[in-house]
Amino acid sequence: MAKACDQVWITGIGLISSLGEGAALHWNKLCGAGTLRPVIDPQRFAPYTVHPLADIDFSKQIPRTSDQRQMERWQRIGVYAAGLALADADIAGDQELLEKTHLCIAAGNGERDIALDSRILAGNHADGAQGAYLNQNLATGLRPTLYLGQLSNLLAGNISIVHKATGSSRTFKGEEMAGASAVADAVNRIEAGQGEVFLVGGALNAEREDVLLGCELAGSLYSGPHHSVWQRRPQGGGLVPGSVGAFLVLEAAEHARRRGVVPYARISGIVSDRSRRRVGEASSVAASLFKDLRLNPANEDIGVLSGASGVEPATSEELQFLAELERQKFKPVVRAWGSALGHSLEAHFFAGLALASLAVSNDAFYPPFDAFEDKGDAKSHPDRVLVTTFGHWRGEALALVQSAW
Amino acid sequence: MTNAYRDSKGRPLVAVTGLGVVTSLGQGKEDNWAALKTGRSGIRPITRFPTDGLRTTIAGTVEFLGIEPYSASALSAAMAIAAATEAIEQARIASSTFPGPLYLATPPAEIEWPQRRALYDASSTSTETGYKRLLAAARGSEWRELHAISQFASVAECVARRLGTRGLPVSVSTACASGATAIQLGVEAIRRGDTTAALCIGTDSSVQIEALIRFSLLSALSTRNDAPAEASRPFSKERDGFVMAEGAGALVLESYQAAIARGANVLGIVLGCGEKADDYHRTRSKPDGTAIIGAIRNAVADAGVDPGDIDYVNAHGTSTPENDKMEYMSLRAVLGDHLTTTPASSNKSMIGHTLSASGAIEAVFSLLTIQNGVLPPTINYVTPDPEIPIDAVANSARPAEVRTVLSNSFGFGGQNVCLVLGAPL
Repeated sequence: MAKACDQVWITGIGLISSLGEGAALHWNKLCGAGTLRPVIDPQRFAPYTVHPLADIDFSKQIPRTSDQRQMERWQRIGVYAAGLALADADIAGDQELLEKTHLCIAAGNGERDIALDSRILAGNHADGAQGAYLNQNLATGLRPTLYLGQLSNLLAGNISIVHKATGSSRTFKGEEMAGASAVADAVNRIEAGQGEVFLVGGALNAEREDVLLGCELAGSLYSGPHHSVWQRRPQGGGLVPGSVGAFLVLEAAEHARRRGVVPYARISGIVSDRSRRRVGEASSVAASLFKDLRLNPANEDIGVLSGASGVEPATSEELQFLAELERQKFKPVVRAWGSALGHSLEAHFFAGLALASLAVSNDAFYPPFDAFEDKGDAKSHPDRVLVTTFGHWRGEALALVQSAW
Repeated sequence: MTNAYRDSKGRPLVAVTGLGVVTSLGQGKEDNWAALKTGRSGIRPITRFPTDGLRTTIAGTVEFLGIEPYSASALSAAMAIAAATEAIEQARIASSTFPGPLYLATPPAEIEWPQRRALYDASSTSTETGYKRLLAAARGSEWRELHAISQFASVAECVARRLGTRGLPVSVSTACASGATAIQLGVEAIRRGDTTAALCIGTDSSVQIEALIRFSLLSALSTRNDAPAEASRPFSKERDGFVMAEGAGALVLESYQAAIARGANVLGIVLGCGEKADDYHRTRSKPDGTAIIGAIRNAVADAGVDPGDIDYVNAHGTSTPENDKMEYMSLRAVLGDHLTTTPASSNKSMIGHTLSASGAIEAVFSLLTIQNGVLPPTINYVTPDPEIPIDAVANSARPAEVRTVLSNSFGFGGQNVCLVLGAPL
């Protein structure tokens, strides 16, 4: 099918994390002089470290306290970042435009009532009465509204309610790959003329023991002394979760031109696959995906924003893939944003796309996020940025962000 | 470009060439259709876990696949694979691999109480409590079987491995509209020319203690525990909530051109899909029904048909006071007087509400309705709700020539997705 649209533009960014709020703040902090100091909290969930969310006044984007009460924190983080993106793209408050804004959201599980779970687990019960004990405690202890905080699709639901974006609403699942699926759905639909304006994104509240438990059961949680994602292998690897809300407005170029909006960048490719994750498979699947992006090396720098989590063997597989790029005469300048913001699962890919858009629109690239990363050419300003994501246990995806001009 | 393989908008027509289904009524189209035609209910008392002291103790569970111990992800995957295998065999499209992507609607993935308790008890010498103790236990040893339960991608991963679908499997949730969304994703991919075939599945296995209690606390469930088969009463005056149920529905979609080219037997056409998000409330529809109406209108417009062309409505019909009233009002708004002569029945009267799977299961049943020329009934329709003057195909199946079906799916979080399904050309 012929493309109905020439380019997919990124016209809005909403980003909040441990570093603070807003696209500009992230750009400035990540490009600032000196070595980056990630914001971490190694105590609260010891032996695990998390990147806690900066102080955010949620009422700025979610003015009604009744709305805030109906949400768990991951939803507030997402609804807040979504509001920032809509405002940034000059869509917020434009009822006509919001009615045709489609949502493609990546979400995992909602939050559990940790106190209730703990109380029930601690309770004494005769073996035979376990069922009745559990039933009674759940029936009297669970808050009805909590359920709505737990449904994956209720982040999207709350965005529709609070920001009035109601074109359509789809929630994708599956950890990091949920982000890739959501972006691919939006990009494909824009290119085929199946929609013009999309709000895509995700949110993670990392400061939750139930999130940590899910990662630990997968054997993916890092518990050693804090290191960047590239330097955890000697300790067995693992991810350090970070609270992040990351949203983008994706728009058909023609649509954005008509309303006079200046883009940050464009998404010129999004590809994904799943390998079986036997040795070497993830890197070779990524290499073949990279081929699909049809890039010419031309001995030019290519900025790589790596979504590496620190989890092994996925992180080593990604390093193999990046080494292969060099063999193909590309000059990748690699930055793993997980070292700066933490790993944000469903939200992670969107955060990488947001940072890539900022680099392209500022015509500059980030200094190393840790000592392992090569400084690259100081004057390096790649006009194309590859965003990678290797799921901590499955899935590989790449996106290419380029200048819209 | 207009030709026999394209719709009125010039897009590739999307054919259905394989169907598969599992519900509490049984495994496979044959058993399910036989039960639907005779108005049999699959709703029974729950035996999976103790129901002492609960307000609702009935559900439409799937116990015959032998998944022991039960976990939502294991049963979801097993039902999805069973339904998809049936669909693929009917389509005669694949041997060891399926030549297209997988779009899968799945329920939430989370550790359930038996596993949480086992984890807690595993470190019985621990002086820690709560999640600190759970985390210590998780750190202390391998819990591979719990890994699958706690990761959303696991059901899709398992299904993709078994059926050899192409690329990254896509897991989607639009609550109780998820099954319809999975189909819509496949339709859109084929229309774009991204693929000539897609496997679309909805699966749900949520009958576990906490999900039951959560729905119960929202006052969403029927409490007619004494007569389980009579509990789901869509469009009846005395309806008092839905009945949770399990199942899976699978459809093999192909571009019509590719299906004809390989000599496939075309079972039906997905004529159109429509969606519209609601911004009113987390569990209730906008009182004026505009979002539901918008979804129905979008589906009809996408299909390029006239509301008057709809021969039958496979209703969402959950049996909650709110849904059935809003659904009627919205159908009335779009179909107008045509609704008076258009039958609209609810499969949920027999199979209960299969949540994430319902859109896919009911699409399968809609196509069986077209194929067999028989409308499945709304059972337990004894006292019609006077505010819902609808031809609900009361209590017994009825022969009818059906060429075009509207299938509705609505979910919490303002999710509304409608499909228009048509007879083979």
